[in-house]
Amino acid sequence: MTTPVLSVRNLSIDYIGAEQDFHAVRNVSFDIAPGEFFGLAGESGCGKSTIAFAVSRLHRPPALIRRGSQILVDGRDVLALDDEALRSFRWREVAMVFQSAMNSLNPVLTIEAQFHDVLRTHAGLSRAQSRARAAELLELVDISPDRLSAYPHQCSGGMRQRIVIAICLALHPKLLIMDEPTTALDVVVQREILQRIDRLRKDLGFSVLFITHDLSLMVQVSDRIGVMLEGELIEVNEARTIYRTPQHPYTQRLWASMPRLHGEQISGTAP
Amino acid sequence: MTGDTAPILALDTVSKVFGRGDSAVYAARSVSFALRPGRTLALVGESGSGKTTAARLIMREYQPDAGQLLFRGQPIGSSPVSSLRAYRAAVQMVFQDPFASLNPAHTVRYHLERPLRLHRRDLTRQQRLTAIDELLARVKLDPALVAPKFPHELSGGQRQRISIARALAVSPEVIVADEPTSMLDVSVRLGILNLLNEMKRELGLALLYITHDVATARYVAEDIMVMYAGQIVEWGAMESVLGNPQHPYTRLLLSVVPDPDRRFDEIGDELGRVDQIRRQSAIAQPEIREIAPNHFLRPMPE
Repeated sequence: MTTPVLSVRNLSIDYIGAEQDFHAVRNVSFDIAPGEFFGLAGESGCGKSTIAFAVSRLHRPPALIRRGSQILVDGRDVLALDDEALRSFRWREVAMVFQSAMNSLNPVLTIEAQFHDVLRTHAGLSRAQSRARAAELLELVDISPDRLSAYPHQCSGGMRQRIVIAICLALHPKLLIMDEPTTALDVVVQREILQRIDRLRKDLGFSVLFITHDLSLMVQVSDRIGVMLEGELIEVNEARTIYRTPQHPYTQRLWASMPRLHGEQISGTAP
Repeated sequence: MTGDTAPILALDTVSKVFGRGDSAVYAARSVSFALRPGRTLALVGESGSGKTTAARLIMREYQPDAGQLLFRGQPIGSSPVSSLRAYRAAVQMVFQDPFASLNPAHTVRYHLERPLRLHRRDLTRQQRLTAIDELLARVKLDPALVAPKFPHELSGGQRQRISIARALAVSPEVIVADEPTSMLDVSVRLGILNLLNEMKRELGLALLYITHDVATARYVAEDIMVMYAGQIVEWGAMESVLGNPQHPYTRLLLSVVPDPDRRFDEIGDELGRVDQIRRQSAIAQPEIREIAPNHFLRPMPE
């Protein structure tokens, strides 16, 4: 068996409170294989994003990753990285697209300058080199290189989201984490972006950790899916299997609460 | 649109234009539809297609640039304030964002008491408090528990229930719900949809349900209209439009609805013609074709 790109073992994360701690993630373990599209589903507050932040080592107190937790990226222990190692780890090994990514571009810098920022810091490219590389990356996400001189406000929401994805791919990360990447976007744009990501990961071979609460979308695009409930990973399986034959009662109830576009309508009892 | 009962509210070839000259944008172009008691009409389309403009025209936040609104069969002109008050008592709105549409500095009781004070002046304070309890019970919240609370003490789903209760406070005949569930979790969404269905059935309300989520539209509405670039491109009975979509834009919209039965690796790239469909669908098309009983189309210019 090949080494998984991401291996999470017994991950527990608490948010420390004044009176009591909140157990956001409880003893979660899962693997993501090279090139795999892994979906993490669940309701608001179930701990999905907390896991994504832990993999990128973005947590600050009062979040506390409990002893005994282990996160391996390509065999390397992420939780043991020092600041210097962390700097080269982020973007190069793991890149993250945030939920409001389209608002995470700097409004006073051109698109080109924002590419250059990443490429100069991490790969030491000159302005001319980073310009050429940025043009290549924009083409990957179907945006004309003319846009390099544009400012974020001159681009639509979907375009800004694709630009962020292009910047994330700049250093060939092994794992792309996407936390609700299309929630703020229109359905048509959402489809365009996810199809593009699906093709890119097949061409370039990176893995994806995809977080959303839209189960239908998740089944459409993911290879495997994990369902979370109150900090615990309650079911992990192939996307098709988890859709056709969900095992956990919560997963079954989630499916029963999704209105159908075709065929028999759901009965309408809330989970 | 055909139907058995007389419409409460209708738009008759209403247009709304923003900007002028070459940069004029038709946010509504010859839009006609009717809302009938006990029925829900869904208005679907992507961002910027003019859905919210239609809602604002109904709420009389915008004046139509052409065409007219008919309320109980009578045209609404630029009428005086007193009739606007009567209109507001009959037509209410539920907004998309349950976090922004309630005042954070006031309790739930205050939010529900205001419309009662304004529109039902005959009620005594005691009667108002009773009415508030009834409203909260109707939206399945515990009156004693919820009435004294502030919005920040409630979840998104609970807040949306308060918004619905507030709309119901004036005993309206029409409710316009603009994406009422798009900001809610899957498990909470269904409760709100069920509530809308129940109100329609029990109170005989006419509902306009605005959304980009065709699957939830099918759950609450009998009729559907598909809007693009200010034009209703296809409309009619829900099952007929979803089962036999004729307009390329309707097909496009249906194909991008997340559907667990159609995985990406099986469907390939369906979006090849997107730009062409968008361009062609935006052209004004006065011609209307009836495809089936209660199923109409504005054919896309080739």
